[in-house]
Amino acid sequence: MELEAQPFVINFGPSHPSTHGVFRLRTILDGEVIVDVEPIFGYLHRGIEKLAEGRTYVQNIPFTDRLDYLASMTANHGYVLAVEKLAGIEVPERAEYLRVIMSELMRISSHLMAVGFLTNELGAMMTPLLYMYREREKILDLFEMVCGQRLTYNYMRFGGVSHDIPREFLPAVKKFVREMPGFIDEYDQLLKENEIVLARTKGVGILPADVAINYSVSGPMLRASGVKWDIRKDDPYSVYDRFDFDIPTGSAGDIYDRYRQRIEEMRQSVRILEQAIEQIPPGEVCTKVPSLLRPPKGEVFARIEAPKGELGYYLVSDGSIAPYRFRVRPPALINLGVLRYMSRGWKIGDLIAIFGSVDICVAEVDR
Amino acid sequence: MALTFRHLFRSFITTQYPEKRLSTSRRIRGQQFVWRSDLCTGCATCAKSCPHGIIQITTSTNGDNRYVVDNIEFDTGRCMFCGLCVEACPYNALYMGRSYEQARYSRKLLWADMETLMDPANQVSAYGHPELEWRIPRQSLLVYGQISQEMVDEEND
Repeated sequence: MELEAQPFVINFGPSHPSTHGVFRLRTILDGEVIVDVEPIFGYLHRGIEKLAEGRTYVQNIPFTDRLDYLASMTANHGYVLAVEKLAGIEVPERAEYLRVIMSELMRISSHLMAVGFLTNELGAMMTPLLYMYREREKILDLFEMVCGQRLTYNYMRFGGVSHDIPREFLPAVKKFVREMPGFIDEYDQLLKENEIVLARTKGVGILPADVAINYSVSGPMLRASGVKWDIRKDDPYSVYDRFDFDIPTGSAGDIYDRYRQRIEEMRQSVRILEQAIEQIPPGEVCTKVPSLLRPPKGEVFARIEAPKGELGYYLVSDGSIAPYRFRVRPPALINLGVLRYMSRGWKIGDLIAIFGSVDICVAEVDR
Repeated sequence: MALTFRHLFRSFITTQYPEKRLSTSRRIRGQQFVWRSDLCTGCATCAKSCPHGIIQITTSTNGDNRYVVDNIEFDTGRCMFCGLCVEACPYNALYMGRSYEQARYSRKLLWADMETLMDPANQVSAYGHPELEWRIPRQSLLVYGQISQEMVDEEND
C-alpha cells in the first residue's frame, strides 16, 4: 500500500527570533523541501504614509526615523532630499559633508547588523553578532554625541542638519576609521573560510542577475548578483561625486556572495569616510528655512542608496503646509519579493539563512 | 586560535550597569522636559511644532495685554523625544532633560504638569542649546578611549 503524502504547511512567526520583527512566513513543505513560501506582513503597519498627510513637512522627519530603524539617518537623508528638490532649497557644503559622514557610518552599522544576524541564523548563536555589536555600539555613541539619540536620530533638516558636530566628534570618527579595517579583517578571519559558513552558504539561494533585475531588487542583493548598480555612482546625490570609491560586485549571487558584498561595502564606506573627514569645510550647517514650509505645487521623486537598497520618496504637494501624498519606496519590501524564487527547492534550514541574507527590516516593509 | 587568545586578554567593553553608569551625551534628548516660566511668553510655538500634539498650553491676557501662561502640560507617555519643540522655542524657555530611567507603573504618572516641568531637580540637556554644553559632563565613549583634550584642540584649530 502506498502512503498518501500531502504538502504540509508551517507558519514561521509572527513571533519568531529569525524573522527580524513581527513577520510571518507561510511555508508549504514536502518533507523537508520547500515547495512554496508566502511572506505575510502587515503586523507592524502603523500607517506612516497616511499619518504624514496630516502633519507639516518638518514634523514628518521623526516619522522617517521609524521606517528603517536600523538605518534612520539614510531614511532622513532621502526625505530631506525630496523636500529640498521640491522646494528648491540650497544646502551648505559642510552640511552635505556631514550628511555623507552620517550616511556612511549608518551604512557600516546596518551592514554589521545584517552580517551579524546572518551568522546568527546560520547557527553561530550570538558570538559573531556580539563582535559586530561592539563596532555598532561605537557608531551609535558617535550618533548620540551629535544628535542626542541612539536609534531615532531626527538629525537632518531641510537645508542642512539640525546641529553642528561637537568638537570631539571628528577625532573620535578618525579613531574609528583607523580601527575599523582591522575589525573587518577580524570578521574575515572568523567567518570567511569557516567550514560551516561555506557549507551553509556557498551555492545556496542563488539569485541570477536577470531575475534580480526583473524583480527590481536593489542594493547589496543586486550587486551580489553581479550587477554594478549603485545610486551613489550612477545618479550621484549630495556630494558623492567627489569621493573616490569602488562598487564591489559578486558573481554567483548566493548567500555567501551577499555576505561578502556587505563586508566589501563596509570597506568602501570606510574609504569614503576617510576622504570626507579630510575634505570637510568649515561654515554653516543649515540655511534658514521657514518652519511652516509651503513648497510649490508639484510632485517629486528623490532616491538614495540606503544600506538595504534604493530608498525613494515620492511627494505630492498641493501648496499647503502638509504633503498631499507621502509615498515611500522601501527597499526591504521589494527585495523581499524575490524570497519565494530563491528558497523554492531548498531545505527548511536553508530558508532562514536565505531570509537572513535578504536583510529586511519589518518596520520598513509594513510602514 | 590566535584571535581567541587575543580576545582572552583584552579589557572589558561592557560595564555593570546599575552599579556603574556611563555618562550620556551632552545633547541627549531625555526626560524630564524643563520649562522656564520667566522666559515663556505663551506663544505656543512648541505646541504647534509637536508632531503628536502632546503639549497643552492655556493662556490668558493680563492687564498690559500680554499672555500669561495659566497651565502647560506634556503627555510624555506619547512623546517620541524628537526635540522639535525645543528647537522651535524662540525664547529658549524649553529644554530637554538628561535622565533616562523613567519607567512608571501607570501611564497617568507620565503626564508632566507645570510643577514637574519646573522642578529644580530636573537635569537640563544641551540639545538645541549649545551654550550649555560646557557645563555638562563629557559623554563616555567606547571609541573615545585615549583621545585627549589636546587631540580635540589640535583638530579644531
